[in-house]
Amino acid sequence: MDVTKNDSMEIRLSDHVVLVRQAVRKWATDLGFSLVDQTKMITAASELARNTLDYGGGGTVRLELVKQGPRNGLRLTFEDQGPGIPDLEKALTDGYTTGRGMGMGLSGSKRLVNEFEIVSRVGEGTRVTITRWK
Amino acid sequence: MSDNVKGLSVVLTNYEAEILSDWIKEQSAALRRAGGAMKDTELRDQCAEFLRLLRTAAQGGQVENLDGPKWNDVREMLGNISRSRGLQGFSPSETASFVFSMKRPLFVQIRREFGKDAEALADTTWLATELLDKLGLYTTEVHQKAREEVILRQQQEMLELSTPVVKIWDGILALPMIGTLDSTRTQVVMESLLQRIVDTGSGIAIIDITGVPTVDTLTAQHLLKTVTAARLMGAECIISGIRPQIAQTIVHLGVDLGDVTTKATLADALVVALERTGRAVKRVQTASKGA
Amino acid sequence: MERIPILRMGDYLIVTIQVDMHDRVVTTLQDDLTSMIAANGSHGVLIDISCLDIVDSFVGRMIGNIAAMSHVLDAETVVVGMRPAVAITLVELGLSLTGVRTALNVEKGMALLRAATRGRLLEDGDGRDQE
Repeated sequence: MDVTKNDSMEIRLSDHVVLVRQAVRKWATDLGFSLVDQTKMITAASELARNTLDYGGGGTVRLELVKQGPRNGLRLTFEDQGPGIPDLEKALTDGYTTGRGMGMGLSGSKRLVNEFEIVSRVGEGTRVTITRWK
Repeated sequence: MSDNVKGLSVVLTNYEAEILSDWIKEQSAALRRAGGAMKDTELRDQCAEFLRLLRTAAQGGQVENLDGPKWNDVREMLGNISRSRGLQGFSPSETASFVFSMKRPLFVQIRREFGKDAEALADTTWLATELLDKLGLYTTEVHQKAREEVILRQQQEMLELSTPVVKIWDGILALPMIGTLDSTRTQVVMESLLQRIVDTGSGIAIIDITGVPTVDTLTAQHLLKTVTAARLMGAECIISGIRPQIAQTIVHLGVDLGDVTTKATLADALVVALERTGRAVKRVQTASKGA
Repeated sequence: MERIPILRMGDYLIVTIQVDMHDRVVTTLQDDLTSMIAANGSHGVLIDISCLDIVDSFVGRMIGNIAAMSHVLDAETVVVGMRPAVAITLVELGLSLTGVRTALNVEKGMALLRAATRGRLLEDGDGRDQE
C-alpha cells in the first residue's frame, strides 16, 4: 500500500470536529468518491473525532491518500493518549455507551467503512484506523 | 538453428500446398459436423495465410519460445481468429481444432520427408507436436479472454438497464426488479430509487420483486435498509411479488421484515398505495352481462 | 454565538438547519426549542434538514431528544427533507430514529403536523370561545 498524500490535524476542541469533517469532505470529493461513499466516510470521521475528544481527552487525526494496485482510498487514523478502552469487544457492541452519543459511534463507524482497526491500551491511549476504497 | 527445426521448416516449405489442401479438408469436415457457418473461401484464406506465417516463423528458427518477436505475426493472427470464433459462438475445442487439425496433414508430410531416417522422423514429429500444442493452448486462452470481455460488457449493460423507477400515479413510484440481485446491483438500484423519491416528491414506492428468482440474506438486508432509509426520508415502501420460495427463504434466513407492508401482487400494492393517498379505484360502468 | 433561528407560524415552530453544526449549536437549539414550545404552547415542531449533508449519531440523538421532549410538552415533531445519502448512512450507522415522524418536504411535513394535531386545535378553539 502506497501513501500518496498525507496531512495531520489536531482534535482538542469541539470546533475541531467540524474542521475534521470539512477536511475529510474535501479529500473524499477530490478522490472522486460517490455521494453516498463521501457521506459514509464523513459521518464515520465525525463519530471517531468526537470519540477522540470525549473519551480520549483530545488527540490527532492523520489523513492519508492510499493506493493499492488499481484502487485508491482514504485512510484516517485517530490517536489519543487517553485512558484507553478496557473492554474492546463491549465497546464495539451496538448501543453500548458511556457518554452522550447513542452508543453507535464505534460499531456504527465500523459498518460505514471498508477496513477498521482498533488498538487500545488501558492507561496509554487508543488508535483507530479506518479505510474506505473508491 | 537445430537440425530438427530446420527439418520442420523444410517440410513446411516444400510441402506447403499438400499440407494446405489436406488441412482444409480436415477442417471443413469438422466444421460441417459442428454445423459451423463459415464460407469455404474464408477458411481457405485463413489457412493459407496462417501456414505462410508459420513457415516464415519456423524459418527464423526458435520453436521453443513462442513469446519471441519472430512469432508476433503468428500470435496476432491466431489471436484474431480465436477472438472472432469466440464471439461467433464457437466452443473452445472448436476454436482450438483450427490448430490441432493441422497435425495429421503435417505429420503425413514429415513422414514422407524423413521416412527412412527413424531418428529424424521421431524428433521432427515431437517438435511439431510441441509447437502445435502450444499454439492450440494459445487459441483457448484468447478464446476464454474474449468470452470474459463479453460477460463483463453485458454485466455493465445490465447494471445500466436495471434501474427503471417508474411513476405509476401522482405520488406513487414503482420499481420492478428483474433478475438475480447481487449486493452491488441492489445498492445501485436502491440509491436511484431514493433519489427518485426526492426528485418526484413521491410518498409511496412499490418495490416489485416478481422477477427476482432468489433472495439471499445480504439482498434481503439491503431491501430492508432501503425501506428504513425511505422511511427516514418520509416515504413508505411496499414490497410486492414475493414468491413462495422467497417467502420461505426469508423466514429460514431469519430476516425480520417487521412492519414492512408486503403484498402478493403489484396490483394489490397499487390498491394499498391509492388508499393511503386518499384515492380509490371505482368501476364507472356495470360490466355487460355475460362478460 | 451562532444560533439557529426558530420561526413561529401559528401553532407551529419551524427550524431550518443550514449550517454544519458545532456541538454547542446543537445543544443550544435543543434548549431554545423546548423553552419556545412551553412559552407559546406550540402543538407542532417542524425541523427541515434538507441542507444537512451529514447527520451523525450526535445530531441523530438531538433529533430524537427534541421529539421526545416535545412529546412531553404535548407537541408533535416532524423532520423533513433528509437526503438519500444521509438516510442510507444513518441506516448503516444503526439509527432509525424510531418515534420521529418524517416527511419528504416542508409542505408535506406541515400537512402531516396539521393532520396529527387536528383534534387538539379544535379543542383549544372551543376552550378559547368559552373564555
